[in-house]
Amino acid sequence: MEIVGYIFDNLGLIGERTLEHVAIVVVAVGLAILTGVPIGIAITQNQRAADIVLYVAAIIITVPSIALFGVMIPVLSVIGQGIGYLPAVIAVLLYSQLPIIRNTYTAISNVDPALREAAKGIGMTAAQRLRQVEIPLAVPVIMAGVRTAVVMNIGVAAIAAYIGAGGLGTFISRGISQTDPRQLITGALAVSVLAVAADFALLWLQRRLTPRGVSIPR
Amino acid sequence: MIRLDELTKIFDTPSGQVVASDRVDMEVPEGEICVLLGPSGCGKTTTMKMVNRLIEPTSGKIFIGDTDVTKQNPIELRRTIGYVIQQIGLFPNKTIEDNICAVPDLLGWDRKKSRARAAELLEMVALDPGTFLKRYPKELSGGQQQRVGVIRALAADPPVMLMDEPFGAIDPINREVIQDEFLRMQGDFKKTIMFVSHDIDEAVKMANRIAIFDAGKLIQYDAPDDLLAHPKNSFIADFVGGDRTLKRLRLITVGDAMMSDPPTVRAEDTLADAAAKMEEHGHISIVMVGPKGRARGIVYLSDARGAKGRVGENHKKLPASINAREDLRTAVSMMFTHDETSLAVVDDDGFYKGYVTQRGITHLLGATYRDA
Ligand SMILES: Nc1ncnc2c1ncn2[C@@H]1O[C@H](COP(=O)(O)OP(=O)(O)OP(=O)(O)O)[C@@H](O)[C@H]1O
Ligand SMILES: [Mg+2]
Repeated sequence: MEIVGYIFDNLGLIGERTLEHVAIVVVAVGLAILTGVPIGIAITQNQRAADIVLYVAAIIITVPSIALFGVMIPVLSVIGQGIGYLPAVIAVLLYSQLPIIRNTYTAISNVDPALREAAKGIGMTAAQRLRQVEIPLAVPVIMAGVRTAVVMNIGVAAIAAYIGAGGLGTFISRGISQTDPRQLITGALAVSVLAVAADFALLWLQRRLTPRGVSIPR
Repeated sequence: MIRLDELTKIFDTPSGQVVASDRVDMEVPEGEICVLLGPSGCGKTTTMKMVNRLIEPTSGKIFIGDTDVTKQNPIELRRTIGYVIQQIGLFPNKTIEDNICAVPDLLGWDRKKSRARAAELLEMVALDPGTFLKRYPKELSGGQQQRVGVIRALAADPPVMLMDEPFGAIDPINREVIQDEFLRMQGDFKKTIMFVSHDIDEAVKMANRIAIFDAGKLIQYDAPDDLLAHPKNSFIADFVGGDRTLKRLRLITVGDAMMSDPPTVRAEDTLADAAAKMEEHGHISIVMVGPKGRARGIVYLSDARGAKGRVGENHKKLPASINAREDLRTAVSMMFTHDETSLAVVDDDGFYKGYVTQRGITHLLGATYRDA
């Protein structure tokens, strides 16, 4: 009951922290889409490049976020941004690469070779094939990668509270340092709700973006 | 016209070089269907794909009309060549209409014009435009998709078409229907077509000329009847099959094989006259025709000889007659069914035109061998 009271008393603050949290994830994943999708498409042209890129992305994702923040503090301090928003965005950006690149790569390379051949055979340029055939068909899988990235990084962004990036993680870090279960639980709850809500929102978007002819069951 | 000049393709593979096309020389005349035929891996697809440059030749030349296609921009070239593949390859994210209009759209045609053409083409393959234009490929049956695949290739009215086992994925009954449909369209469109098949019966049916390949080499290139009648070597003879003479029956129409200006009798003639006519021609029966010349009945020599009366009261029902446009395979089948050695031939209006006999057919098929 105490917790419910705490939440109601602090709705404004929760909203503010949620916005901070969303700002980190949306900007970082947005940038990750802008980089990851082209990289994912580009590496379909070269098996060796694909192996290397996917390997590097997989290694990045195994680095614990705390360690990543630790590494960035001295580096970014050079421009006076050792802690705060920027390193949080960079971390999320890096962690998002693997799901987005891998899903894009898989989706594009799994386009039915017969379709590729038909598209080529009727005289589409490589760009036309991508835009008219390959990307529309890959959209559901690419979007699934984006969803994975967002949900995973809502968690990562919570930890970024420790380097002063704000967001819902602040409740958790303060809850721990002040041994205040109300803040701790509020933070954990809000992060979970945000992750689930984001997943549903993106699922809806994924369905909207999937061409109708592709989603028809058969 | 498509002309291949010493066309060669050598693939470098980890296990060595593969000569997929070996100095192929051939010409597909304007408006004809040339079927490339041969065992799996003999180089049919490779040879065909060099024409639209999906595969670059190792050496040799390809001409369409007077243009050397190896000097042309491949993207522009492909937009002028209709292309149909066995896997169909309709774009699942596009409606049937947009699939059919894919090439016109690439060429920047006026939308109204291309959409009208899509509807027109759908009608030609007996698919209702109202129902199908806005559907997606997944909402069509395999046979319907295959038809759309063919008309997509026709949409921009290319003079030349390449078809790689276009009807290979369809069940035999539907395949016959689509083949007939396609031949009817070809009758109007007169495209110059290279058509890959591995089915000798399909080749005999579709082709003006058949090119048989073995291990990358063009072994024989001839009209279907010549190929069946005169296989160049034992490979070809084996490939076309032991029943190759029976296959030829399909290629000859009853009209071409029949004896025309046949003797006839009328209802008012006497049996004695009928018997005399049969004896004069050495026939064992004679057809009775109506006032305008329609086949009405038959009189047998055994019944007429020495009998009195008129043909009108003494004729029998005609056991079977056949339209002059049917092929000899149908005629022979009918003879066996009715246990007859000859059949009356009629035209579309039922007028008696002549007759075909088993002896005549045997003789006709045999003649090409004797002339050889
Ligand atoms: N890209 C390639 N790389 C290496 N070898 C190839 C390639 N494409 C075809 N070949 C080889 O070239 C030969 C001819 O192949 P092709 O596909 O033209 O045969 P096909 O006559 O169309 O056979 P099928 O009836 O099975 O379709 C085969 O031995 C095949 O293995
Ligand atoms: Mg083939």
